[in-house]
Amino acid sequence: MSLEDLYREVILDHYRTPRNKGHLDAPDAKAQGVNPLCGDDITIELAFDGDKVASVAIDGQGCSISLSSASMMSEAIKGKSRAQIEALTAKFRGLMSLDDGTDPGLDPDRPGAALGDLEALQGVRQYPVRIKCASLAWNVLGEALAGP
Amino acid sequence: MIDLSHLKADFPVLGEGVHFLDSGASSQKPIPVLEAMDRFARTSYANVHRGAYKLSVASTDAYEAARERVAEFIGATDSREVIFTRGATTSLNTVAFGWGLENLEPGDRILSTEMEHHANLVPWQMLAKRTGAVLDHIPVTDDFRLDLDAYRQKLGPDVKIVAFTGMSNVLGTMPPVRQIADLAHAHGARVVVDAAQLVPHAPTNVVDLGADFVAFSAHKMLGPTGIGILWGKMEALQETEPFEFGGEMISDVTLQDATWADIPHRFEAGTPPIIEAVGLHAAIDYLDSIGMDKIFEHDRELTEIALERLGDVPGLSIQGPPNTVDRGGVLSMIMDEVHAHDLATILDEQEVSVRSGHHCARPLMRKLGVTATARASFYVYNTEEDIDALVLGLRRAGELFGVGR
Repeated sequence: MSLEDLYREVILDHYRTPRNKGHLDAPDAKAQGVNPLCGDDITIELAFDGDKVASVAIDGQGCSISLSSASMMSEAIKGKSRAQIEALTAKFRGLMSLDDGTDPGLDPDRPGAALGDLEALQGVRQYPVRIKCASLAWNVLGEALAGP
Repeated sequence: MIDLSHLKADFPVLGEGVHFLDSGASSQKPIPVLEAMDRFARTSYANVHRGAYKLSVASTDAYEAARERVAEFIGATDSREVIFTRGATTSLNTVAFGWGLENLEPGDRILSTEMEHHANLVPWQMLAKRTGAVLDHIPVTDDFRLDLDAYRQKLGPDVKIVAFTGMSNVLGTMPPVRQIADLAHAHGARVVVDAAQLVPHAPTNVVDLGADFVAFSAHKMLGPTGIGILWGKMEALQETEPFEFGGEMISDVTLQDATWADIPHRFEAGTPPIIEAVGLHAAIDYLDSIGMDKIFEHDRELTEIALERLGDVPGLSIQGPPNTVDRGGVLSMIMDEVHAHDLATILDEQEVSVRSGHHCARPLMRKLGVTATARASFYVYNTEEDIDALVLGLRRAGELFGVGR
């Protein structure tokens, strides 16, 4: 495992140029989360078209892993239904070895294959202290979807 | 250049190629400390102050000898002024709730600073809430010092406590303790110094400091975790109520009431950290065998070298004084475009251990306008090679992230 495996170009690209950054005019759902250990701070806003996420905005501060994970997630959930997002979240948690025992259906040889760009984060699982960085946005997303 | 490189062999954790630069969080333990604790546990251990048997007497003697040794080390004139706690945090809470609850009234003011560790901030917040006192802060200047002009203006007869750090765990800044203390005393305030970073790194004489209370921890000065020290001037301790209650701290107990043991034991409820006290004793012996003057100068020289070499690393800046005047060996680093956690991960790959995050000082981080820094801190076992490894790792981080590209 080398640093190049952790800091893949796609991660650095999302970190330098975060997608869907900012705020929505009229979000239907919103949540904010911090990692109290490190001060990373992410806010997610969602607008729905029926059951599907029509737009998403992300704002916050953090390291390359937490911000790139948030950015890639924002692209991955756009246009998806709640059920699809739930399945995606389960796959991501599986990728981070955070699954609760239920099989997320990942290919053991290439667990990130079903996750698009997010596959690049699979190197994070070799750095246990950084898993919480990669997971922050997903936890906040879960809160936003759960609603007030 | 002071060469202490021979000491590294005393620290089993620090093998070849290990660059431990996080002593500001906690220091490593030398073999003499480990052996003293081991020997004591094998030969002389029992609970203290309550047995008529030989082992208990031996254990009590060792525990009280540690108190004497601490007193000698920090220049206390009376070893009863040395109270063993669980750590600097408990020491500061003891002052806040033992002295503060007894002596503060609504409208009184507590002065802290913007550069405090949460341990010297949150207890005062809670004390203010419980007593109706007002918490105010001495600001930090643009050159990372305490604003003493602002301090003078904030002083007044309603200020009852001035609590500040002797060495910032983020900036390395060493405020002029004596000057701040004298000004506080001129207004009748009690002075509390968080010396968690100061005592391990600089020769410290509590009488010369001029404080009323001084708090520090053993684990940052080559000793074990689980034991800290609160030194209090006797007259200040006499104004202090116990903050914890139970065994060991009483003189007599009825079903409805209790009277306290003498100082210092009234402040040491429950079974104290006995083996840890023996370890602390050995740690002080170890530090003294090197010499605190020498340790301070060693840290200063390393800091000077590091400040110079880090200045050449693209995109890197230091949050703290740019020279070694009134400054300890703590370097909070920020690299453009590279978050502190990424720096720490990349440095770790080169076996360089630094702390990343807010260093338990979020208000200061907000003031500095940053969310996290990567912090390197030096101690007796560090050498120029550690700085070389640090600089190499930082350059690697810059390359990986394309800093300045």
